[in-house]
Amino acid sequence: MVGIVGYGAYVPIYRIKSSTIANQWGNDPSSIERGLMLIEKTVPGLDEDTITISIAAAKNALKRARIDPKKIGAVYIGSESHPYAVKPSGTVLIDALGIGPDVHVADFEFACKAGTEAMYVAYSHVKSGEMDYAMGIGADTSQGAPGDALEFSASAGGSAFIFGKENVVAEVLYTHSYTSDTPDFWRREYQMYPRHGGRFTGEPAYFKHILGCGRALLEKSGMKPEDFQYAVFHMPNGRFPLKVGKDLGFKQEQMTEGWIVNFMGNTYSGSSITGLTAILDVAKPGDKIFLVSFGSGAGSDGFIFQVTDKITEVQDLAPKTRDMLNTPQKVYLDYGKYVAYRKKIHFNEY
Amino acid sequence: MANSQRYTREIPHRYRLEAQKFPSGFVSLPRRLVDPISGKKEFEKIKLAGFGTILTYTIIHVASDHFKFQTPFAVAIIETDEGARLTAMITDTKFEDIKIGAKVELVFRKIMEEGASGIINYGYKAKVIV
Repeated sequence: MVGIVGYGAYVPIYRIKSSTIANQWGNDPSSIERGLMLIEKTVPGLDEDTITISIAAAKNALKRARIDPKKIGAVYIGSESHPYAVKPSGTVLIDALGIGPDVHVADFEFACKAGTEAMYVAYSHVKSGEMDYAMGIGADTSQGAPGDALEFSASAGGSAFIFGKENVVAEVLYTHSYTSDTPDFWRREYQMYPRHGGRFTGEPAYFKHILGCGRALLEKSGMKPEDFQYAVFHMPNGRFPLKVGKDLGFKQEQMTEGWIVNFMGNTYSGSSITGLTAILDVAKPGDKIFLVSFGSGAGSDGFIFQVTDKITEVQDLAPKTRDMLNTPQKVYLDYGKYVAYRKKIHFNEY
Repeated sequence: MANSQRYTREIPHRYRLEAQKFPSGFVSLPRRLVDPISGKKEFEKIKLAGFGTILTYTIIHVASDHFKFQTPFAVAIIETDEGARLTAMITDTKFEDIKIGAKVELVFRKIMEEGASGIINYGYKAKVIV
């Protein structure tokens, strides 16, 4: 049996409300809250980036996996906000957590699906017998241009998954990937903010790829939507994942647990997989989970997991995702603080 | 400013909290050559668990250039559960929760950036356990 042996998420404590951003730019706050179904989003602290978020999530995954970090044979971090243009994020992580130096490390990038991409490769190494354990991480401190619709959703956080063969808490039953060249969203080198094709990001991009991947995954597995207790999809806003799930035949109650976007925002590479951690936090042995990510450019990775009886041993070993989302330590930022935290204004160089 | 050599040399203690325990019981982070109590050079390498107590602290209102946009922030002297004493910035904590005797957890954070083109310095900060 090959699957997840340890999982962990990390959510920063800083938040900005959709209404704060809407009021800044003269938008109607209620139309954002109702239309995009976004109440607030996470913001990274001044001392947080994709590397620190990945390390915090990976520490939580190690607490649940209860393995010697030296046994991990590969570490992949998927993100579109790696702090260095040239110098890997993963090298900082392995040295901080005592993994390696006998380890394969790479940083992945594929817009919002780099996290599932990292998981897919980590899982494949273990399945092939090449190594006992491998870790896949998706984390981001996503960028959205001031005044752009993305600013309401682009948030921060991430999740880490250790794959192995012993003490598996969620077995991987099936995977599928669906990819095509689709210019729906991009960021050129040296540009601070991404650009997108507006409505083109919907039907020809998000819906086409998630539906293509999701339908193929159902066909490959011979399963039906009603066979699953939970389903989670990439969450660029509140409405898209609920609509795409419904189009695939899932019901609202199957999607509720993993639908964290209304209080988290779109964590890009950490989006659907942090929803997965929220599901694993409450899942019961035997539950089946359907996950399809989406990354612009564009592609989707799909996984079908079956939760094992080991899950109850690990759920309480690290902070739970919804507890981090609802922490009483939350700090709300005004728009001025937010642009400083996100470095949307230029400072003098010291 | 940390150059590549100094940055690499400090990774064991800044990233992994690797400390020294001397036969006298003195625990040091970072590394030192000689035990200040016994004067001996032998030691055992230990890894700190990352928990401790605030011995004292101060709030910085006027900071050096690298930290000037983070003010006000707190810096504390912390004694870890193993007995090592270290100085760390406090993060993700409301000022009213920072007290002498408060329990802290060390977390991995970005300490500073050496301008827009230099090394990004990572290491430990302390977060009060509320």
